[in-house]
Amino acid sequence: MRALPILTAPAFGLTVQRLCRQLVEDRGDLGETALVGLHPRGVYFSRRLRDELVKITGNDAITYGELDITFHRDDFRQRAVTAPPATTQIDFSVDGRRVLLIDDVLYTGRTIRAGLDALMAFGRPRSVELMVLIDRRFSRELPIQADYVGRAVDTLNGQRIQVEWLESDGIDRVSITREVS
Amino acid sequence: MSDTLGTQHLLGIDDLSAGDIDLILRTADGFKEVLARPMRKVPSLRDITVANIFFENSTRTRLSFELAEKRLSADVVNFSASSSSTKKGETLLDTVNNILAMKVDLVVMRHQDPGAAVFLAKHTKARVINAGDGAHEHPTQALLDAYSIREKFGKVAGVKVAIVGDILHSRVAWSNVRCLQKLGAEVMLCGPVTLIPKHAAELGVRISHDLDAALRWCDVANMLRIQMERQGDGPAYFPSLREYTMLFGLDRKRYESLGKEVVLMHPGPINRGVEISSDMADSGASIILQQVENGVAVRMAVLYLLAAGMDRTGIS
Repeated sequence: MRALPILTAPAFGLTVQRLCRQLVEDRGDLGETALVGLHPRGVYFSRRLRDELVKITGNDAITYGELDITFHRDDFRQRAVTAPPATTQIDFSVDGRRVLLIDDVLYTGRTIRAGLDALMAFGRPRSVELMVLIDRRFSRELPIQADYVGRAVDTLNGQRIQVEWLESDGIDRVSITREVS
Repeated sequence: MSDTLGTQHLLGIDDLSAGDIDLILRTADGFKEVLARPMRKVPSLRDITVANIFFENSTRTRLSFELAEKRLSADVVNFSASSSSTKKGETLLDTVNNILAMKVDLVVMRHQDPGAAVFLAKHTKARVINAGDGAHEHPTQALLDAYSIREKFGKVAGVKVAIVGDILHSRVAWSNVRCLQKLGAEVMLCGPVTLIPKHAAELGVRISHDLDAALRWCDVANMLRIQMERQGDGPAYFPSLREYTMLFGLDRKRYESLGKEVVLMHPGPINRGVEISSDMADSGASIILQQVENGVAVRMAVLYLLAAGMDRTGIS
């Protein structure tokens, strides 16, 4: 296994900032927007985005939640482990809001499908958009695409994308790990 | 920390390690959150069919299981002995095999005979959850009691729990003792000499025949129901209900004389004015209704984790 870094500081931080500014450009003060990060790894991204957006907009009351999708997965019986759920925290009504789902990597699209399903249990949003840090192109198994993409990468199926966050892994870095043939 | 159960069936608390119990309680936390959502339903078990087979009366447990199954999107069939062929002489195995021939993946069974669930698990391919077998075990009740204690105290280890009343006939008591001990709680059994079997001491629990002493010792009192239906025509194990209440019933006067807080639990159904007075059952010290609420989340966790071990085609 060899890890090939594809996004490191300072480009990593700039990418997050660019996505924030893009969002503000599209949506203004984010009054109707709710940010919803997907557990387990998307929440590092969503928390970073929230902090960055507070700095940019000066609005420290951005609606923010975190969603665990374990019980909505379509593959829970095929996985070796049944990961115990992280805590979902959505203490606002989703009804009528413009929800931005946030995850670190978009790959097959199945996690996002489960996320959409889980989100609907909290009401009927006016719209849902998707923001990801990394979009693994040409590997989708469902017709799901992201509205905001940090970096699009082309990968083989045997490869893995690893996203590390300062908060949990001590470094901001995205790398491709590839099998040594 | 493991993420899968070490058992295919839940026949008794003995099937579970402390790690398994911890996994069930942690998973139940997730389901408790689901039950607080505007839409209290997840699709996890939508390709699973569950049969609730009750050979003995039950309101709470059966309703709780059925709700748990429906909240997980399982298909549910119900069967009760009073409306069935068992009245016509069909054996347990035949009854169950007929139900399983209709492609049921999971069976929740209550039966009056101890060991019925074990027997069923040996002879069928479906996963089995014991919802009470005679005076043997009622594992999900013990799990929800442990969950409620954990919720109240933030932990189970070190908490002092007194189980009071009809220990002799109580599957809840036995499952609770096993479960609480695995989680590191201290357990005391309290009741009339006639209602605490002699072998109880071998379980490593304290025994008391004095309710006031037990209450002074404990953090939690689990007040069991006197099972009059198992005593024949009238009280057979004590002179009268009135005497039982005087010695082992909890009322406000007795509670206030303690000068400390004790959390009150009851597995239901309550005989108000016998083992616990009405005002104490409804008081701030009581977590009886929280137990019922937690029961659905805990049963969802058990169903979910057992189903996780099945392959996509149903039974592995």
